[in-house]
Amino acid sequence: MDEFEGYRRPDGTVGVRNRVAIIPVSVTASSLAERIAADAGDGVVATPHGMGSNQPTPAREQTRRVLRGVGRNPNVGAALVVALGTEAIDADDVADAVADAGRPVETLRIREAGGTAAAIERGVDLAASLRADADGARRESADAAELIFAVECGGSDATSGIAANPAVGAAGDRLVAAGGTVSFSETPEFIGAEHILAERCVDDETRERLLDRVEAREDMAREMGVDLRGAQPTPGNQEGGLTTIEEKSLGAIAKGGTTPVEGMVDYAEPLPQGAGLVLMDTPGYDVESVVGKVAGGAQVVAFTTGRGSTTGNPVAPVIKVTGNPKTWDRMANNIDVNASTVMEGESLSAIGERIFGTLLDVADGRRTEAERRGLTEFAINEVQPTTGGERA
Amino acid sequence: MKGTVVGDALVMDAADAVATALDDLSAGTTLPPTEGTPVDAPLEVREDVPFGHKIALRRIDAGDEIRKYGEVIGRATVAIEAGEWVHTHNCESTRGRGDLAAAGGDA
Repeated sequence: MDEFEGYRRPDGTVGVRNRVAIIPVSVTASSLAERIAADAGDGVVATPHGMGSNQPTPAREQTRRVLRGVGRNPNVGAALVVALGTEAIDADDVADAVADAGRPVETLRIREAGGTAAAIERGVDLAASLRADADGARRESADAAELIFAVECGGSDATSGIAANPAVGAAGDRLVAAGGTVSFSETPEFIGAEHILAERCVDDETRERLLDRVEAREDMAREMGVDLRGAQPTPGNQEGGLTTIEEKSLGAIAKGGTTPVEGMVDYAEPLPQGAGLVLMDTPGYDVESVVGKVAGGAQVVAFTTGRGSTTGNPVAPVIKVTGNPKTWDRMANNIDVNASTVMEGESLSAIGERIFGTLLDVADGRRTEAERRGLTEFAINEVQPTTGGERA
Repeated sequence: MKGTVVGDALVMDAADAVATALDDLSAGTTLPPTEGTPVDAPLEVREDVPFGHKIALRRIDAGDEIRKYGEVIGRATVAIEAGEWVHTHNCESTRGRGDLAAAGGDA
């Protein structure tokens, strides 16, 4: 049995952290959320973002899905939803999702509180009270099968496809064998490798959905009359030896391992537990992609990088893995696992075992390098008018 | 590691036209013939190739597909000789080419 000690939630899910999340419904309340989290102290985190108060419907629906999903992530022990009070997304609607998941939740509106100064004071009091509520949660033994493991890559180079991604893929295969869920995303980085993923889909519906989503991403470039080459691979990817999007994608999909593709969900939609490998349709921007999967319920993230990345997340611990020996030497205090040992002869399956061990240790409470350094990047993908049509 | 180590480079698949440099390679470095790869005679690297970048294992004609991982990663924009550095200056993507669609080409 692969076990860890986690926080059992009333909705049956298991958290690997017990955070109090301060969730703003718009950009207007984001500074307040950060201020409350900073003043409230340990274990209180904010999820600030740049979404406006009155987004067009498709964009607003997606933002709402992210906020509700983040609020009920198993790692959230309690939440405070903050708003100016004039937003199209209602703070109560976001709070309902948290309450339905059996977690304590409060709302705070700046207008009703009597302005920013009063809202900060009231918010810090509420956060302290929610912190005390969350501290009532007890840790108990949980099975690896209850984990939803998000895998991500950022700052890729040629070592990503050779070392870090297949090693994380091996760890993911191990979790799927243990009964858990693994999710990877970044649809633009399926371009050129979608035929391999399509062959691994368990049914025609999943296969069609996958191919439709990849085509939609490629069409965005065509319709805008632009060339993906300017942005994909990025200039940094190119300096790291990646020449084309096809080459980048073929390396990127290795982080999903080798198991069948059981399904594909939309950005920030719930990821089912015990489901094997499930894809999520997200943009290639890594912070937004991580947030989509955390909103989907992922408790732990593995993030591979070749060129070096420092990305963390306020709600889920992020395990950094690099396959580039120079990056390991230069940025060891940002990276948790060195996969460049593959070039010295360590097998991918042995490195995969090390990553799986790290996953269980982190689920059990060991802090990642990103957590130690307080790195908590958060961003929500905004549905653009040019890309909103097919989602409306 | 998947693939086969050929001197200071890595060949991911026997069908590949390129190898990945596992170190900064200087012009004049030789890759030894290695079973299970397209390298069947000593191959001289013709120019400096940085760590992680690609070396042509055989002559590739302009317009030909280029394979790595046994899969197509793009096509040659000019003829590439065995031992030359393969990157954006001589290999291009065939996907997401809105520029070609705008020019009335086949993207």
